[in-house]
Amino acid sequence: MPYEFLEEVATADIAFHAWGTTLEEVFKAAGDAVMNTMIENLDAIALSQTRTFNLEEDALDLLLFNFLQEFVYYKDSELLLLRTRQVQIEEQASIYHLSATTQGEQLDRDRHHQRVDVKAITLHQFELKKTDTGWSTQVILDI
Amino acid sequence: MAPIEVLKQVSDVIWEIPTSYKAGMRVPARLYGTEKLIRELDDAVYDQITNVATLPGITKYALCMPDGHFGYGFPIGGVAAMDIEQGGVISPGGIGFDINCGMRLVTTNLTYKDVKPHLKELVDKLYDRVPAGVGSTGFVKLARNDFRKVVEQGAQWCINNGYGWEDDLEFMEEQGCIKGADASKISEKAIDRGVHQIGTLGSGNHYLEIQVAKRENVFDNVLAKQMGITKSDQVVIMFHCGSRGFGHQVATDYLLRFLKVMDSKYGIKILDRELACAPFDSPEGQAYFAAMKCGINMSFANRQVILHRIREVFSQVFGQSAEDLGMQLVYDVSHNTAKLEKHFVDGKERSLLVHRKGATRAFAPEMADLPERYKETGQPVIIGGSMETGSYLLTGVATGDQTFYSTAHGSGRSMSRTKARKMWRGDVLQKQMQQRGIYVRSTSYSGLAEEAGGAYKDVDEVIEAAELAGISQRVAKLTPIGNIKG
Repeated sequence: MPYEFLEEVATADIAFHAWGTTLEEVFKAAGDAVMNTMIENLDAIALSQTRTFNLEEDALDLLLFNFLQEFVYYKDSELLLLRTRQVQIEEQASIYHLSATTQGEQLDRDRHHQRVDVKAITLHQFELKKTDTGWSTQVILDI
Repeated sequence: MAPIEVLKQVSDVIWEIPTSYKAGMRVPARLYGTEKLIRELDDAVYDQITNVATLPGITKYALCMPDGHFGYGFPIGGVAAMDIEQGGVISPGGIGFDINCGMRLVTTNLTYKDVKPHLKELVDKLYDRVPAGVGSTGFVKLARNDFRKVVEQGAQWCINNGYGWEDDLEFMEEQGCIKGADASKISEKAIDRGVHQIGTLGSGNHYLEIQVAKRENVFDNVLAKQMGITKSDQVVIMFHCGSRGFGHQVATDYLLRFLKVMDSKYGIKILDRELACAPFDSPEGQAYFAAMKCGINMSFANRQVILHRIREVFSQVFGQSAEDLGMQLVYDVSHNTAKLEKHFVDGKERSLLVHRKGATRAFAPEMADLPERYKETGQPVIIGGSMETGSYLLTGVATGDQTFYSTAHGSGRSMSRTKARKMWRGDVLQKQMQQRGIYVRSTSYSGLAEEAGGAYKDVDEVIEAAELAGISQRVAKLTPIGNIKG
């Protein structure tokens, strides 16, 4: 599980740190951290429906912000709990393009153990950075 | 521990951070709280409130209420009044994603003795009828165009469609419909997220609670009576929720939009991207103001539909109409908003955009927008405490002008959710609370653990600080007997 929830950052909200050796890995880990804030047992989410995200941004960290926001959007708009299967990020003419395939299913109150709802991804202390071993991000979620 | 030595003590409960604390501060910051509360304050609040003090147009002080704690952009408990004639800005980070998150208090003519035998049935039925938790959906099925009407008309739409009483509107800020909401300024995504969510509580610290006003907890009988609390051990209902995914998306949309233009178009530099803003009178600022008002109205509508469901449940359980049960709305308060208000600053009337993020408007007696019933008492202020310790009903006072008539909004958290879920277990807490006479239902045991009373500040101390500072006055403390946690 390449993410951890932080005890000493935020009080009414929830902060996490996620990491990966590649950019794609850190995006995937951060997406799971958002979902794991809402659902305790991610393994109980059956991967029966597919949604594709196509996003572009001129800043890499805002691309991550928009990517994470999609999980919150589908949770409300279609009650879909999604996990990332594949993600590709490319830079062309100073614009970052993301294409992701996500899979999941509709929330089932009996099988999916809820923690708390995520209202939004915040930009407070939002950070995506390159490290010696890959990439790392810190995110505060509005609860 | 917070660096209290940087503070200049103004009074027992007001503490000032001078402009020399950080480059770019346009005004000092003022923290409200007893010495104990100030000593326990998150360090992050110092940083956040002084960032707020750098925003263009900020007037007098960047303020933090006694329940203040770590937020994003503004701290929770943050209040900032922007002078719109002096380049004042509007910032989603000064309102919160949950636009018009707020509280309602409803009376009954029942006493604890009447309710106790039916408590479990009431809570179970409310739990079924008022959906809560992750991504929940409500019973009001709307076409997208009808939802656009809801966000422009607010609680008035609900009354027109049979969800409530005509005179409910009188007992809400803005009479349940803020003027100037424009649905052409909201995204399709915002509609996608909100269209199925009217009549739902949400999650986190949102709740619906059955409470008792014990005789010994009524501090002012005259004020309490005018607010509908007339007998010993009277049962009331309090609930806390907001504009759901709709408001969250509106705020997110404009946060990103402001980031793109703030510096390049308006030359505004900020210390935290969550404080992204635009001049109030710019096209972007005006668009957000009109969209944010849609969030305000969605929230009024959401709380109105929930009130309707609560009345249905009580009526069903007691076999009497809600009218006969005296289920009057005391008031509906907003604690995540920015509103254009007139205030006197240094003897001169100014038009200020007052941002309140986790802070409640607390208008003094005789102020405009108050219903006739509260002209003499001042505005009822509803403070949601933790589910274990109790909540408060307060009123606005004349000396509240020091905070642009704003006060606390809750107990204020003192511990992170992540830490709280390690300290308590939801199922154990539920049993312990039941032994103490509080029947609680929740969609989530870990969510319940995160809301343990021990994760909050001492609500009595917070309210005492607000009273000592002269920003609100106690009317009654209300103790929980039944609770639904989102």
